[in-house]
Amino acid sequence: MFALPKKQLIIFVIFALVVLTMPLWMSPLGAAYPGLLQKFAIYGLLALGFNILFGLTGYLSFGHAAFLGVGSYTAVWSFKLLTMDAVPAIILAAILSGLFALLIGYVSLRRSGIYFSILTLAFAQMSYNLAYSVLTPITNGETSLQLSLQDPRIIDLTFMERGQGLPTVSLLGIDMSGYSGFYFCAVVLIMGFFIAQKITISPFGLMLKGIKSNQNRMKYTGFNTRPYMLSAFVISGIYAGIAGGLLAVTDPLAGAERMQWTASGEVVLMTVLGGAGTLFGPIMGAWIVKYFENIFSAFNDTVLHNIFAFVPEGFREWVVSCAGLFVGEGWHLTLGLVFVIVVVFLPGGLMEGYRRIVSKFGAGKPNQPNSSAPDSPAPVKQPAE
Amino acid sequence: MSTSDHNVVLHVADVHMRFGGLHALADVDLEIEEGKTHAIIGPNGAGKSTLLNVCVGRLTPTSGAVIFDGQIITGMKPHEINQAGVARVFQTPEIFPELSVLENVMAPAFAKRDGAFKLNFLHNLGKEAEIREEAAHFIEDVGMTAQIDAHSGALSRGDKRRLELAMCLIQHPRLLLLDEPTAGMSRHDTNTTIELLKKIKERGMTKVIIEHDMHVVFSLADKISVLAQGRIIAEGTPDEVRNDPRVQEAYLGGATE
Repeated sequence: MFALPKKQLIIFVIFALVVLTMPLWMSPLGAAYPGLLQKFAIYGLLALGFNILFGLTGYLSFGHAAFLGVGSYTAVWSFKLLTMDAVPAIILAAILSGLFALLIGYVSLRRSGIYFSILTLAFAQMSYNLAYSVLTPITNGETSLQLSLQDPRIIDLTFMERGQGLPTVSLLGIDMSGYSGFYFCAVVLIMGFFIAQKITISPFGLMLKGIKSNQNRMKYTGFNTRPYMLSAFVISGIYAGIAGGLLAVTDPLAGAERMQWTASGEVVLMTVLGGAGTLFGPIMGAWIVKYFENIFSAFNDTVLHNIFAFVPEGFREWVVSCAGLFVGEGWHLTLGLVFVIVVVFLPGGLMEGYRRIVSKFGAGKPNQPNSSAPDSPAPVKQPAE
Repeated sequence: MSTSDHNVVLHVADVHMRFGGLHALADVDLEIEEGKTHAIIGPNGAGKSTLLNVCVGRLTPTSGAVIFDGQIITGMKPHEINQAGVARVFQTPEIFPELSVLENVMAPAFAKRDGAFKLNFLHNLGKEAEIREEAAHFIEDVGMTAQIDAHSGALSRGDKRRLELAMCLIQHPRLLLLDEPTAGMSRHDTNTTIELLKKIKERGMTKVIIEHDMHVVFSLADKISVLAQGRIIAEGTPDEVRNDPRVQEAYLGGATE
């Protein structure tokens, strides 16, 4: 049940190594600080889960941020009411976001295509507005849900005295900030990757691909497609909920903006950028987006002056002001351009680029499972009898 | 088994189908006998495809019922009708173009074995040796072993049709419905398909064929029903139908393309 075929096992081991050694290989890129590494792991998990729905079944949810938000709120409430330990928070986040996904999915999956996307978007915006205003007692609205000195924390406080100042999130006594927080998120991401791999190579995964390929045929083949879709939706929602929970673990704070439609759109962007339908693509997409968001946005004119120090004086000013458009506040512009270039030239995302390189250099046999080959029409002959 | 004659696999009982003002099917009563190949012919717009759609649950008739194997299947969902034992080949091949030929044939085998839904996401597809072998066997049956790992979207139309046939056959359906199985095919592909269908016939599978091509109809059918303007105007053996003056007027003589 928990075994992988050899080829998948190799991929899994390589992936685990890549993630766990991130602090090493990210440091030349200037991204090896815990806060960003945690985001890499968390948003990687979010995109990975999103891909189980979008990549395998082709159903584009535009409301995944809602589950992220539910996960965060649940985790913070778990810190406030029960314990500062990370594990119960994550488990509760998974359960609640799963139930929430079941509800939203049950209604949204009555429609397909653009209508499904609009329904999920509507539900997510509804959740956002509820969290922002109506549900203030639960979400603390605008000010975000935070820990306070008066929190009951029933489990913690039965075993120890209330300490001075705000407590921190921990895992069996290990503080969850900094690198330990990253490693916790990384382990969850690796576990998520394993399950995603299992799904991809299971009969269930084949059925999801069948639904993406030809839902009509699935029905006339005897499959009840609705529960398949709903399962994929809930699994994907649970991934998002866990990601939301991890956000709260690394920083015990939950705000409504986490549920806004821009956050939902970001996941779509990550998945498409990296390559929908592939295992590693969406994670890579998430890393790239978060890298741009945190590194490019931090560049200012002084940094640019240092980079372009080799350019002759006078001309340098011009170069810096041009480049300045693409960094700092303008990092969205760079990301947008990268996205446009990828979508136009590599419709299968960056993973398609990788596949093309591999097949070009003959390292493997060329296979493009995502590109639908043109229908070669057989000569049409009308019977003359 | 509520029907008196247990040899009847499918009974279309007094079915009417109206689309607004159009009376697409009028009082259609049809009995398909076990093990027989029953052809339904008729000019364009006679209601042949509507009749088939009523049988597989794509359309619910305005009145009347479809009884399969003693069970009323009108109003049932397509997947329930398939699970009951009805498989269908479409006019334009309906396959999974993004999947390989092998995966295309494996999927229906899972539907047969595991039912309409199974949450088996921790199983390993690679360990399903039995289903894999069965799929390979049926792929061989339709003569596509060489293309077993091919990307099915790139197949020729004739090959897609044969693939779709394998997808239906692997489910061992009690009733196989074929909607113009040779439409748009070259003469060579048509003949291959006829041979294939004859081979299936020898296994005693009940079939309903909708067909334009008289060559196909007369080489396969045990019984023919002629549909014109939503009504069955004649029924009988190929010879009887061929010599029926009403049929000649409505179809063979009058409306041939």
